[in-house]
Amino acid sequence: MKHFVSRLALASALSVASLAAHAANTDITVAMQLEPPHLDPTSAAAGAIDSVLYSNVFEGLTRFMGDGSVVAGLAKSWDISDDGLVYTFILHDNVLFHDGSTMDAEDVQFSLNRARANDSTNAQKALFAGITDVTALDAATVVITLDAPNGNFLFNLAWGDAIIVAPESIEGIKQAPIGTGAFKFANWVQGDKIELIRNDAYWGTPAVLENVTFKFISDPTAAFASVMAEDVDAFVGFPAPENLPQFEADPRFQVLVGSTEGETILSTNNKMPPFDNVKVREALAHAIDRQAIVDGAMFGYGTPIGTHFAPHNPAYVDLTGISAYDPELAKKLLAEAGFADGFETTLHLPPPSYARRGGEIIAAQLAQVGIKAQITNVEWAQWLETVFRGKDFGLTIVSHTEPMDIGIYANPEYYFQYDNPAFQELMTNLNATTDPEARTALMGDAQRMISGDYVNGYLFQLAQLSVAKAGVQGLWTNAPTQATDLTAVSWAD
Amino acid sequence: MNRNLIIGLILSAISILAALVSFIWTPFDHVAMNIPAKLQTPNLTHWFGTDHFGRDIFSMIMVGARTSIAVAFVAVGIGMGLGIPLGLWAAARKGSYIDELIMRANDLIFAFPSLVIAILITTIFGAGAVNAIIAIGIFNIPVFARVVRGAAMPIWEREFILAARVAGKNAARISVEHILPNVMNLLIVQATIQFSLGILAEAALSYVGLGAQPPTPSWGRMLADAQTLVSIAPHLALIPGFAIIITVMGLNLMGDGLRDYLNPRTRVART
Repeated sequence: MKHFVSRLALASALSVASLAAHAANTDITVAMQLEPPHLDPTSAAAGAIDSVLYSNVFEGLTRFMGDGSVVAGLAKSWDISDDGLVYTFILHDNVLFHDGSTMDAEDVQFSLNRARANDSTNAQKALFAGITDVTALDAATVVITLDAPNGNFLFNLAWGDAIIVAPESIEGIKQAPIGTGAFKFANWVQGDKIELIRNDAYWGTPAVLENVTFKFISDPTAAFASVMAEDVDAFVGFPAPENLPQFEADPRFQVLVGSTEGETILSTNNKMPPFDNVKVREALAHAIDRQAIVDGAMFGYGTPIGTHFAPHNPAYVDLTGISAYDPELAKKLLAEAGFADGFETTLHLPPPSYARRGGEIIAAQLAQVGIKAQITNVEWAQWLETVFRGKDFGLTIVSHTEPMDIGIYANPEYYFQYDNPAFQELMTNLNATTDPEARTALMGDAQRMISGDYVNGYLFQLAQLSVAKAGVQGLWTNAPTQATDLTAVSWAD
Repeated sequence: MNRNLIIGLILSAISILAALVSFIWTPFDHVAMNIPAKLQTPNLTHWFGTDHFGRDIFSMIMVGARTSIAVAFVAVGIGMGLGIPLGLWAAARKGSYIDELIMRANDLIFAFPSLVIAILITTIFGAGAVNAIIAIGIFNIPVFARVVRGAAMPIWEREFILAARVAGKNAARISVEHILPNVMNLLIVQATIQFSLGILAEAALSYVGLGAQPPTPSWGRMLADAQTLVSIAPHLALIPGFAIIITVMGLNLMGDGLRDYLNPRTRVART
């Protein structure tokens, strides 16, 4: 540990020297809104952890690219048995963890077994549910056996929750993450910033940047000021869409508008009367004018969706017509359900503006059909406690940012409590299907089923909005997973 | 009447009138959204322009006046309703353990910054206009208790009080019949000032999201909503800002003016 610290000190001293030598063109300061609660992507749901560490510090066997495709990561290649049950991964040689130890099959075995263990605190244990065995054949070969074919397995392994860690450094991972990535963790000033430095012993293509600083700026006004004053070089996930036209008009900046995996939905407590009545949920869906929400809350950034699926996914089915804006129909449906005079419910709104502003618009739209939604603004901690864990809510607005997360509808315990055995069976089938065409068909069925059951109010796909100085190149425009991959970012000359 | 009082009365009357008129008429429905018509600058249709949801700001300011005034009014009512009896009681039992108990409890509340108390209360009981009223009301209690006690104590030494005692009146009756009328002018001035502080406190609480919840308009929340839009639509922040300034300044001037007007010595001196 002592050596590690002194090496860090030396490294940062060197980096200060290099900073003086050739100005700012190998340094970058990237701002984002949320600070990670700790630095272990494998033991928390907080997306902010991945936003800092995914691909930069930690890598998995496979990985996401900026366009959403899944490519090889630490695994050089793999072989899938004919029955789809046995995956044999060949690892890259000469991969070193940041503490100098070698990354080998033992580490992969350790990481995956740790993630799928009974006492694991992994936020996405479902990703590993089908694994029955992980065996390290030799230093560079890992064999993973599944209980059933899983067409999503390589995709699952690309998640931040499936990154490879070392047993030697797992103790301190929450404060001092040791990964295999192109950047090494250097320093964390809580409440302010996290610093990374380039890993010169990286096994793959080395990063261009030498010093990376992640700044955490939660307040939208401060975010605007920090970019305008050029205190930060880029702001990923810029929180105030209303300010983007100003950046677009300013030659100092570039604005990146992409898509996230965030389905923004009016989550509905399917177990709480009157929402246990599908007619009421249908009425709710027809009472909502999506375009008004996209225009009013997001200043036009965002794509309306009619189901819980990302529109940029090839398997997406446009079902917005099923729940088209029709307040008269909504009133009629409410009357049929026995609520001709409407009813009262609660609407919990977490801090992001899509929720706070969108919530005000939705409350106004629901009022038009007689539904009185009492708005309660809550902080994230309170939202997790009351809504997500406590399930004590009528309606709430939240963006589900995990990629391909339609599977949450198969979990009747999930906070919106949709319990449909037919859908659960459909998901089981989907997971067992590897044929791409059959998968697409099943995914279409799944989208139609939740859309037809009006499980939640489907609003829009959250846009990924980033602002960067004009010279920054290589930033991800889209956010196929929560990540700020800086390994290919550089400054234009 | 002095100049302060007149200006103060006029400015306060504007807000109070706006609040009262809003019950029967506003130019537009204050919650009606019209997103295509958002962020308009002041014009003939929308006199104060429209906000980010296309709502009419003039209507929102009028209804917001209602929220502010109602919250401040009830909060001052709580402060007076509890603070005045406590202050009278403490003065009547000057030096006793009751006096100590009341005044030290007051010190305790007073020692907390008022906004911190308000945030504490709204955090425990949830955000909303009612809890904002309670929060602002509680920090008004020691203000009135102190003013009353301080003013009442010298009166207790006066001869007409002795006469009332000799006549067999008990302390409670003397407090109500003889002490209270003699401290009333001070209370009116204090109430006016607390009223303006109440409006500021309501705006502050709403600004941090702890006051009246949407869609109930509130000047403080209008300011908060305008924050990220200030560079593209400055009127969104300026208009509620001016509404707060005018009302608070009006009430303060009125308080100053009333103090001079109700004080027999200064009134004689000025006329």
